[in-house]
Amino acid sequence: MAKGVKPRVKVPKKASAGDVITIKTLISHKMESGRRKDKKTGELIPRNIINRFTCDFNGQNVIDVEMGTAISTNPYFEFEAKVPESGEFKFTWYDDDGSVYETSKKITVS
Amino acid sequence: MELTRRNALMIGAGAFAATLLPVGAFATPEDTEKAIAEFTGGAEVGEGGITLTTPEIAENGNTVPITVDAPGAVAIAIFAEGNPEPKVCTFNFGPLAGSQSASTRIRLAGTQNVVAVAKMADGSFVKTANTVKVTIGGCGG
Repeated sequence: MAKGVKPRVKVPKKASAGDVITIKTLISHKMESGRRKDKKTGELIPRNIINRFTCDFNGQNVIDVEMGTAISTNPYFEFEAKVPESGEFKFTWYDDDGSVYETSKKITVS
Repeated sequence: MELTRRNALMIGAGAFAATLLPVGAFATPEDTEKAIAEFTGGAEVGEGGITLTTPEIAENGNTVPITVDAPGAVAIAIFAEGNPEPKVCTFNFGPLAGSQSASTRIRLAGTQNVVAVAKMADGSFVKTANTVKVTIGGCGG
C-alpha cells in the first residue's frame, strides 16, 4: 500500500427526498505516471496510480471513473448524486498495487 | 565515406540534433483518434449536447481543472491529444447520478487540444474539444 493515502469526502449531512446533491472527493496519492525519473539515480520511477474510483449509494452506483496516468496528483472529483432516501454513500478507490481505499458518509433525508 | 574533417563535423552535428528530439514518444492526433475509436467502437461521432469547460491558459500543466457536462450521457471519456497517453479518464454514470457532469484535475504535457466524447443513452456519440495553453508541462522529465 502506498504511504500516506488519506481519502477526504464532502457530502451534505441532510437533504430532502429526491434532492440532487454535490459530492466532492479528494484522496492523497502521488499518482506516479511511470514517466518521471529519479533525480539521484536517473532511473524511471515505476507507475503507481489509482486506476478506478467508484461511488455507490445504498448499493446503487452513482459514478464509476476509470483513471489514466493523466489524472493529477491527489485525484479530485466533483459530481452530483440523487438521494431518494436516507442512507450511506460508499466511496472506493482502487490502486495499481492492489490496495483498495474505502470511506463512507451517511446522509439523512427528510 | 572518407572521414574528413568536414564529414566528422557533419556527423557530430547530426548526433547533436538527434539528442534534441523529445525523449519518450508523445501521442499524435492519430493515437488520439485510435483511443477515441476504442471508446466509440468506431461509431460516428456527432457534435453538440456536450460541454467541456477548461481554462484557456493553464500555468501549471500538473493540475488543470476540467469540467464536463453532457445531459443524457451514460459515459464521458476525456482525451488529451498531446499527452504520452491520450486517454485521461472515463466517467461512467450510474442510476443515482444527479447529473451527467463531473469535474476533476488533469495533467497536460503541453499546449494541446483536450477532447471529451460522450456516449448517449441511445448509443450515439458526441464530442467537443478545447485548446488549453500550458506554460509548464506536467509530465515529469
